[in-house]
Amino acid sequence: MYSIKASQPNSGHRCLERYTFLKFFVAALNQLSLSSAPLQIRFLLLFSRQGKVRLQKWYAPTPEREKKKVMRDMTTLVLARKPRTCNFLDWRDLKIVYKRYASLYFCCGLENQDNELLALEVLHRFVELLDKYFGNVCELDIIFNFEKAYFILDEFLMGGEILETSKTSISKAIEASDLLQETMEEYMSKPAF
Amino acid sequence: MSDVVERTLTALPGLLSLDLQTGAGKLSSTSKLGNLIRSITELTSKHDEEKLIKRELAAIKEQVSSPNTTMRQMKETMVRSIYCEMLGYEADFTYIHAIKLAQQGSVLEKRVGYLAVSLFLNENHELLLLLVNTVLKDLQSTNLIEVCMALTVVSQIFPRDMIPAILPLVEEKLNHPKEIIRRKAVQALHKFYLIAPNQVQHIHSKFRKALCDKDPGVMAASLHIYLQMIKESADSYRDLAGSFVTILKQVVGGKLPVDYNYHSVPAPWVQIQLLRILALLGKDDQSTSELMYDVLDESIRRAEINHNITYAILFECVKTIYTIHPKEELLEKAAKCIGNFVLSPKINLKYLGLKALTYVVQQDANLALQHQMTIIECLDHSDIIIKRETLELLFRITNAQNVTVIVEKMLDFLRLCHEDYAIIDLVAKVAELAEKYAPDNRWFIETMSTIFTVGGELMQPDIPSNFLRLLAEGSDSVEDDRLLRTYAVDSYVSLLQTNPTKLPQRFLQVISWVLGEYSHLVDDLSPCLVIDLLVRLLERPAVASDTRSWVMTAVGKLSTGAGGGTGAGGGTAEGGAGLVQRVSQQHSSSLDTQLRQQALELQLLSQDPELHTRVLPRGAVWGSLEVDSSLSFLDGFVSEALARGAAPYKPPHQRQEELRQEKALSLEPYALSLPISLSSCSIADRQSPTLLSISSGLSGNSTELPHRAGSGSLKLEGVKRVWGKDGYLPQREVPEGPSILQEASAPAPQTFPQQGGALTPPSADPSEEDRDKQQLASSLFVGLSSHNSTCLMGKPEAPVPQRFRRKHKNTDSASASSSSDSSHSPHDAANHFLYSSLLEEGPASPIMLAQNSLAPPKRTEANGTHTRGDTPVLPTANGVAEVGDQEAPPSLTMANEEAPSPGVGRHRDPPLLMGGMKLVQPCPPHPAPRASTQSSAEGADPPQLPELPPEPDHLPPELRNLPHSDMAPLASDQSLSLSCCRVHREDALVLVLQMSNACGAALLDVSVELQCHELKVASLRGNALESLPAQSVRVCWYTLLMEAPHTHVMVTGSVSYREESGPSHALEISSKLSLADFLRPLVLSTEEYGKLWLSLSQDVKQNLTLLDPDGDPLCSSLSVLKDKLQLHVVDIIGSEGIVACKLLQGAPCLLHCRVHAGALAVWLRSPVPGLPDCLLYHLQRALQER
Repeated sequence: MYSIKASQPNSGHRCLERYTFLKFFVAALNQLSLSSAPLQIRFLLLFSRQGKVRLQKWYAPTPEREKKKVMRDMTTLVLARKPRTCNFLDWRDLKIVYKRYASLYFCCGLENQDNELLALEVLHRFVELLDKYFGNVCELDIIFNFEKAYFILDEFLMGGEILETSKTSISKAIEASDLLQETMEEYMSKPAF
Repeated sequence: MSDVVERTLTALPGLLSLDLQTGAGKLSSTSKLGNLIRSITELTSKHDEEKLIKRELAAIKEQVSSPNTTMRQMKETMVRSIYCEMLGYEADFTYIHAIKLAQQGSVLEKRVGYLAVSLFLNENHELLLLLVNTVLKDLQSTNLIEVCMALTVVSQIFPRDMIPAILPLVEEKLNHPKEIIRRKAVQALHKFYLIAPNQVQHIHSKFRKALCDKDPGVMAASLHIYLQMIKESADSYRDLAGSFVTILKQVVGGKLPVDYNYHSVPAPWVQIQLLRILALLGKDDQSTSELMYDVLDESIRRAEINHNITYAILFECVKTIYTIHPKEELLEKAAKCIGNFVLSPKINLKYLGLKALTYVVQQDANLALQHQMTIIECLDHSDIIIKRETLELLFRITNAQNVTVIVEKMLDFLRLCHEDYAIIDLVAKVAELAEKYAPDNRWFIETMSTIFTVGGELMQPDIPSNFLRLLAEGSDSVEDDRLLRTYAVDSYVSLLQTNPTKLPQRFLQVISWVLGEYSHLVDDLSPCLVIDLLVRLLERPAVASDTRSWVMTAVGKLSTGAGGGTGAGGGTAEGGAGLVQRVSQQHSSSLDTQLRQQALELQLLSQDPELHTRVLPRGAVWGSLEVDSSLSFLDGFVSEALARGAAPYKPPHQRQEELRQEKALSLEPYALSLPISLSSCSIADRQSPTLLSISSGLSGNSTELPHRAGSGSLKLEGVKRVWGKDGYLPQREVPEGPSILQEASAPAPQTFPQQGGALTPPSADPSEEDRDKQQLASSLFVGLSSHNSTCLMGKPEAPVPQRFRRKHKNTDSASASSSSDSSHSPHDAANHFLYSSLLEEGPASPIMLAQNSLAPPKRTEANGTHTRGDTPVLPTANGVAEVGDQEAPPSLTMANEEAPSPGVGRHRDPPLLMGGMKLVQPCPPHPAPRASTQSSAEGADPPQLPELPPEPDHLPPELRNLPHSDMAPLASDQSLSLSCCRVHREDALVLVLQMSNACGAALLDVSVELQCHELKVASLRGNALESLPAQSVRVCWYTLLMEAPHTHVMVTGSVSYREESGPSHALEISSKLSLADFLRPLVLSTEEYGKLWLSLSQDVKQNLTLLDPDGDPLCSSLSVLKDKLQLHVVDIIGSEGIVACKLLQGAPCLLHCRVHAGALAVWLRSPVPGLPDCLLYHLQRALQER
């Protein structure tokens, strides 16, 4: 195969096709091991109206640089949306579903064919859970207790799939592990150093 | 709820400055994290933030590396470093400490440690290996919370290679008394299934148990696994359809605990998951579908609350209903749902409605018609997303009649669009539509020019290539080709004359190729002018170097004409030659070696006209190239790769299609929409709600012909004239006669609505705007209902999609001959290209091969130079071959002949079963005798086994009548010899293993073991014998089932036996079975074939060598295939044949074969991904071995 390539270093369109073919061919062969199944939700971001990221969760392996690009794009795209437009966006091959709750934007990237409305409700359910846990959740709760928000999220969404749809059982799970925390009131109130 | 948040947050600014109450209430105000967050919030500039974080990271670093840091402090530090990472600052030095924390901390600290790990590391991170032990320990912990945490982290991130280490523990957790643990275990197994499906195969039965778990959460979690598994092979889970239906019934009926309700809708996520599963199960399966009708009906009925989540469920219901076997009643309800979506004032619902319409429109075009006004409104919607989705919908309803309007809309959008992905996607779509439905040359060239300009460097490279191929390969009508080409040349010359600076490189390349190749077709165009224009390109700095070489090649081609060749520019020959000289000299010292080489070649060529004509012949014929288009020389490589488990190659368009699959139900781009004949077209028109096209109703083919022949430039057949010279035709009440046709087929009138609108006499109608919309609607949705009427015509056109049809029509009108199927028009060619896989595009390959294998090295060099000089020009490649041919005939011929062989059968001798065995196929009426004579005649060759008894005697009687191969020796030693025979039973391959005892004593405890990973192997009888008497023969049978397609599979096994009072022996056996052994003819009628064809999605296309090109190539090729691969030839119509087969009793594979340009263009479709590819491999082999 290499000899074919080498003998045709030119730019003819035919050659172009051959190149692409060989490329695809090789790519197809290389692809074999990487047949990881698609996830429904690729990432979830929470950011403020100023574009400050409050929470980020990636459900597919994403390189650092790509993450930054996604976050930059998301904040600019979503913040630029006019009122009375729909809550969905096209971004690359993904569908972005976002919703604003007060000063905080909840935004997730979906596989294109997924049900957008459902994703919107996933976000809403997450907000409800946060609300239940923090009691009238506000942005500050999430800023200062982001690790708790992560814990809740992990009980709720796992690997990009909805794990648990019962609100009470999620709360139960969180509270169970928080119980320890409550008994160690002292532990929490003291500075950690 | 959001109101509550809103209210809380309006008070936020105050909160920030005051003492933090709610938010930070749970956090000590003196904590470092609190300080950090606060100080960052106070900062205003990014620079300050960076400085602060840097300081913070330094502090964290110091703290984590200090040996005195307690775990508690470590946890606090870890939270801070998570925060820093979240802001986008790398804190990779803490990763290892995160793992340490997870390992050593107490429960709380562990939890933060796990969280940090799952946030910091990705699946491939090497540190992840260190986590395995911790997870192992925690999984065994007695503390439930620890187990929970371990399972949580495992289902988020775990190294694939280490799954076996923890798998037993996770499995064990499936039986845990606590439901949360069971649920998480299921989720972890789902994750494992996603990253390493093979490793969890053995626990499939446990998944079933999870599905029946009494806790709804566990059941819901198991649905994820089932969805994934059913996606991969729906057939294996059809038996579960009933259970899923029952579960859904219970869920919909509100039988789940109330806390699973979400806004008083019972467990919506579970419902949707189940609906998706049902859609997959019910697809193409009527009996399974029938199970679900009731529950789907109930789901729709119950989803009445006005809330997003009910709409989400309805959307999913609609999708399911349109995917499974149709039921009239449900379809109506689904259509009503879609209507509600589309008409909803809520923009999100409107969006979803459009999306749903896009799904279903190919099945039911009338739905689009019903909502046409809404669609028009959406087209002008202020929200770009809605617009885009509308275009997607329009793309799917495009036909030859509305193509101009729709493409215009798409181009409008493209011009305003700045998003790369959207551009790439849309450009490809426009190109597809333009090639498929172009009404005339001018429109086609102009549209393609716009595409090239807008698409620029972004578009996929196959768009320009396909366009050039289309131009170059042309059609049967020389006149049409000439007109298309001259039009292209004309428009490109004027483009270059006005403003070439803004043209993208790809477009310049296309332009220079076209000019180089075809500018001689335009009589009044002097080559000098063209050369001059091209040369000016070379001087522009913005022109990239590879474009320059295209330009240079074009100049080279043009220089013949300029130098006084056959071209029309004889008068200015001197100037042209001078120009060429100047250019070549100027660039012969260029720093760009490529350019310099070409300049030098050009110099030489321009001095030697004879050489020039040989190297760059004008108008070389494309078809004359001998091409190994199947790339069979790579077969060995491919089959090796496949054998190693490689996924079969899928051409890019197919991969795209697969991605889109979920988006649309039927992938065939509107195949049925094109009217079969004008008569059907007119029937359609009368039914059309748009009341369109009374005009062409009366005109038959015959009246049209003379005009067409006269004007020649417009290909308007099948196009209803929406706009005539006098404006909008449908407004006329009187049907127009042929006269209007004549007018319309003059090149001038365009069918753009804008123009038509302008021509319509301005009326004082108050609803002017409405009328515009009406008109747009009628031009957009024209011909949609003809779709239905085509179906009503009775004869299903399904297997022969529109492009084949179209060709026929073109021939009809263009060359005025009633039927000559072997012709192809540019459109046809375009479609063909569009769908042809890259594999097929190989006209250049013989040249390469020739280069590679030409014997004397010097020759190779010379050829190499020439080829390099003109690679942009494909037809001239022919010239090179000729050069080679003349100067070194023997070696070149040899090269050509040898070329395909290296990978093919001859080299790789297939072991055992494949070698030299012919399948004996007795017909039921005269089975045994014939089989025996044949097989004994042919099976006599194994000399090493002279004692082999005549085989048929030992074939069990019930198998004897089935087609079977001869007995072939497998292995033998001094006492036992083994041979086997393949019997093609309808539902399986039966492998009959014959053991004959050659020694004088009985053999004891003979046992046979056979295995194959790819196949299901079942022993039928006789695989263990207590004794095998001396000189006797026994047989044992195995049935083999192939579920997933493979080209070849190896069956291995061993036979062990013990000699009386002797040691035990074992004989290894192995045999290679090919896919052909598992194929069975699929007998169906043409109509059934048509239906099936449309429902299949996996498709592959390729050109194969034809046998017997002089006689009846199609019949002879097909009969060879039929014999070798047991295919069923459904029908042969002219130059097309349809063939069907199935994989045992399972997946069908349909083939559509067509003789095209001296090759057999095969198009395979199947519901199973790998099957077409595997079958294609055997088709190639079968034809080559002849």
